[in-house]
Amino acid sequence: MHSQKEILSTIEMIDHQHLDVRTITMGISLLDCTSDSVEVTAKKIYDKITRLAKDLVKVGEDIEREFGIPIVNKRISVTPIGIVAASCKETDYTPIAKALDAAAKECGVNFIGGFSALVHKGMTNGDINLINSIPSALSETERVCSSVSVASTKAGINMDAVALMGKIIKKTAQMTADSHGFGCAKLVVFANAVEDNPFMAGAFHGVGEGECVINVGVSGPGVVYHALQKCKGQPFDVVAETIKKTAFKITRMGQLVAQEASRRLGVPAGIVDLSLAPTPEKGDSVARILEEMGLEVCGTHGTTAALAMLNDAVKKGGVMASNHVGGLSGAFIPVSEDEGMIEAVLKGGLHLDKLEAMTCVCSVGLDMIAVPGETSAETLAAIIADEAAIGVVNTKTTAVRIIPAIGKKIGEMVEFGGLLGTAPVMPVHEFSSADFIMRGGRIPAPMHSLKN
Amino acid sequence: MKAIVTVIGKDKPGIIAGVCTLFAKCDVNILDISQTVMQDFFTMSMLVDLSKATVPFTELSDSLKAKGEEMGVNIRIQREDIFDLMHRI
Repeated sequence: MHSQKEILSTIEMIDHQHLDVRTITMGISLLDCTSDSVEVTAKKIYDKITRLAKDLVKVGEDIEREFGIPIVNKRISVTPIGIVAASCKETDYTPIAKALDAAAKECGVNFIGGFSALVHKGMTNGDINLINSIPSALSETERVCSSVSVASTKAGINMDAVALMGKIIKKTAQMTADSHGFGCAKLVVFANAVEDNPFMAGAFHGVGEGECVINVGVSGPGVVYHALQKCKGQPFDVVAETIKKTAFKITRMGQLVAQEASRRLGVPAGIVDLSLAPTPEKGDSVARILEEMGLEVCGTHGTTAALAMLNDAVKKGGVMASNHVGGLSGAFIPVSEDEGMIEAVLKGGLHLDKLEAMTCVCSVGLDMIAVPGETSAETLAAIIADEAAIGVVNTKTTAVRIIPAIGKKIGEMVEFGGLLGTAPVMPVHEFSSADFIMRGGRIPAPMHSLKN
Repeated sequence: MKAIVTVIGKDKPGIIAGVCTLFAKCDVNILDISQTVMQDFFTMSMLVDLSKATVPFTELSDSLKAKGEEMGVNIRIQREDIFDLMHRI
């Protein structure tokens, strides 16, 4: 039998260190749901999702009870709707978003991702229709998440799409002004988007994926934070080793859940995403891990190096614990969803420019950041372009999930509720980027994309 | 299927008896048991075999939870796999 120490350490992680599986996400291909009418497509989509995902929540709950591991979210991702709806004669895809929303409610999942378009090189008519439908889709649905891929290392940066997304984010904020731009919390703009990401709001089921798949996202910032408290003052070699060992344990649990869910649902297991995803709860923060390494406040000098090491150690520990690693895999730094990040911003220790630097070395990008509601579409687009450049040049995923908080000023708080948390409104640069964004066209792919 | 049962709480007479009686009623076989008491704080872990259990896992889990509440301790049952995977390569 296992030693009591081992048994109790697992229980301690679950009870007091917020160890959980963050999400079981079922990816569903909708490539067979096309038709020439939005109404017919929407019905086919609803029927297929509710048929394949009807047991997802129940199976998740059963696994939770049998293994004693909390599984926080059960979610669904689908083929980018920009592709699925491309043959429809109508140009407004909002009814499809409503069908996705209804299917999510019927299955009991809290988010469904894939109201998406992949336009890193160019936009089809379907993609343009999808993007133009985003503001109404996100304001008229509750659980639908949207993402748009505007850049990749192979294709460069589609600056026309970047400019358009600046406007779309602004319009989405305006259409959800009564909740201070909440619609934008469900909208991600990507560079190097991944096809098997289980995390929202950026999950979609890529066209290279199979018919149906189970992807699992693990978490555990609290566990890493507690482990590091035992190596105070030790050199970084010890810190890195401790994080690796912890990440291994966390990921093994995710692997187990992925296997069980896959077996019980009769759906192939895809990947385990080795991410440190914070929540707004105390003791579940990535910022606090960085501070535990010796930084007074997250965001001060040294933060980028600390995050780089954390991100790398998480991957090294996790990769051996899972047979297929994928998704975003790394540390997330969403400001509103991380209690330590929120406090760092409020103390004046963490700014947008430092967050941008941090995104060079971790798995995502500028995430869940509230900016003043009057921020121009061009400035939003320029922020996206900067992030996309970091992703494209470093051959990594970057993303922007930014909320122009309508009616809020710098320093005020925007409440999103639940896992999405609370965001302090952060300042952006005042000088204009409008002429830069107006140029349009495509920034060519970098030299190192030419690997063949 | 094997599972690990843990009992954590303030020590008092009859905790093991309470849990074992429940298992006997459901044909759950106890394979191993270890316990420690530190400053009145009781922790016990048991390895049990559920292959002949007469009640489903979830029902057993509920009964144990209720038993724990009755005795003022925290009782949980988890499939052994989670501990295997987390602590063994």
